[in-house]
Formats: sequence, structure tokens, C-alpha cells
Amino acid sequence: MALIKTDELSVRTEQDIVIARQTVRRLTQEIGFSLVDQTKMVTAASELARNTVIYGGGGTMVCEVLTEGARTGLRLTFTDQGPGIPNLELAMMDGWTSGTGLGMGLSGTKRLVNDFDIQSALGKGTRVTITRWK
Amino acid sequence: MDRIPILRMGEFLLVTIQVDMHDQLALTLQDDLTTKIEKTGARGVLIDISALEMVDSFIGRMIANISGMSRILDAQTVVVGMQPAVAITLVELGLSLPGVKTALNVERGMQFLRAARAAENDGRVNDGLGGDQHDSLSQSGLVRRGGEAADGAD
Repeated sequence: MALIKTDELSVRTEQDIVIARQTVRRLTQEIGFSLVDQTKMVTAASELARNTVIYGGGGTMVCEVLTEGARTGLRLTFTDQGPGIPNLELAMMDGWTSGTGLGMGLSGTKRLVNDFDIQSALGKGTRVTITRWK
Repeated sequence: MDRIPILRMGEFLLVTIQVDMHDQLALTLQDDLTTKIEKTGARGVLIDISALEMVDSFIGRMIANISGMSRILDAQTVVVGMQPAVAITLVELGLSLPGVKTALNVERGMQFLRAARAAENDGRVNDGLGGDQHDSLSQSGLVRRGGEAADGAD
């Protein structure tokens, strides 16, 4: 797997969520994703960026454009130093929410991407990595 | 502060979302719209989202909220113009927007709102209730029952 391009954004405010969406839109366009794939990745980024702001108390989004053999992809990593998620299994279920959302954030996001990884430690923070290939 | 404009057209309110909304803007729209329904006595709300390139669970919830709130305030909401890629993503995300009336474009959305109002007025006439109100609305041109044929017969 080779890294072509990498970029890091601060994700602390509501406006940062919008900027994260726009950045992901631009990158997916550059890679040449179809419109549907662009929209899925942008929506996934929006969900995770909001989690980072609301539950994680702010953090970062790292964007990486990757190639593996003939395929190109975009990997996004959201990291925060927030309270962490007490029960990951529960948090990944449809309809579960600790906040004011619909409870579709994490489970729904997983369905929008090819690879999904979540690491969380209580009191230390959460890191979510998603990848979508062209 | 940023605001999404709400236009009044007869007894309907029209909203066109043309910017990438941050969360607060979506919440402000929700508040503004309910206030405006109360103030104007609007009977229908049309929300055009054809320029929205993405609807995530937050915006989806805002749309469902507006629809529910306006229904309680006796106004019908119709959401029009959703891009196919947005619809595909929404359903995969797990949101099918139950209880939200949608239409393909503005024209069909307006048709739906007008038809809903006409059906409601017909119901009132048959009940023998609110007949006066119906007549006054017909005269003011706000309600067109039965379409062009009826207009000709008048």
C-alpha cells in the first residue's frame, strides 16, 4: 500500500465539520470516485466529524490518498482525546445513541465505507478509521 | 448571523436550501419555520433540497423534525428535489425518513400541497363545516378545486 497524499485538519467546531465535508468532497473528486461514492464518503466523514466534535470534545481528521495495486482509495482517521466509548458493541448497534442523534451514526457510517475500524479507551479517547476504494 | 430565507406564497411557505449547512443553521431553520407557520397560518411547507449534496443523520433528523412540527401546527410539509446519490446514501445510512412526504421536484411538490388543501376543503364542505371559509379561499384564488375544467365551468 502506497501513500500518495496526506492532509490533517482540526475538527473542533461545527464549521470544521463543514470544512471536513468539503475537503473529503474535493479529495474524492480528485481520485475520481463516482458521484454516489463521493456522497457516501462525504456523509460518512460528516457523521464521524460530528462525533469527534460533540462526543470527543474536538480532535483531528487525517486524510490519506492510497494506492494498492491498481486501485486507489481514501482513508480518513478521526482521533479525539475525549472520554472514550464505554461499550463499543452497543455503540455500533443501529438505533443506539447516548446523545441527541438518531443513533445511526456509527453503524450507518460502517455501511457507507469498505473498511471500518474503531479503537476506544475510556478516559483516553477514540480513533475511527474508514477507507473507501474507487 | 446566517439564515436560510423562508418565502411566503399564498398559504404556503417555500424554503430552498442552497448552502452546505452547518448544524446551527439547520436548527435555526427549524425554529424560524415553526415561528413563521404560527405567524402566517401557513397550511403547507415546501422544502427544496435539490442543491444539497449530502444529507447526514443530523440534517435528516432536522427534516423529520420540521415535518413533524409543522404537522402538529396544521401545515403539511413536502421535501422536494433530493439528488439520487443523496437518496441512495440516506437509505444505506439507515434513514428512510418515515412520515416525511417527498416529491421529485418543486412542481410536483406544489401539486401535492394544492391537492391536499383542496381535499381538505372538500371534506369541510361535505361536513357542512367551514363552508364560508372555503368560499372565501376560492374567491381569493388560493384554492383551485378540480383544476382547469372546474375553472371553465365557473
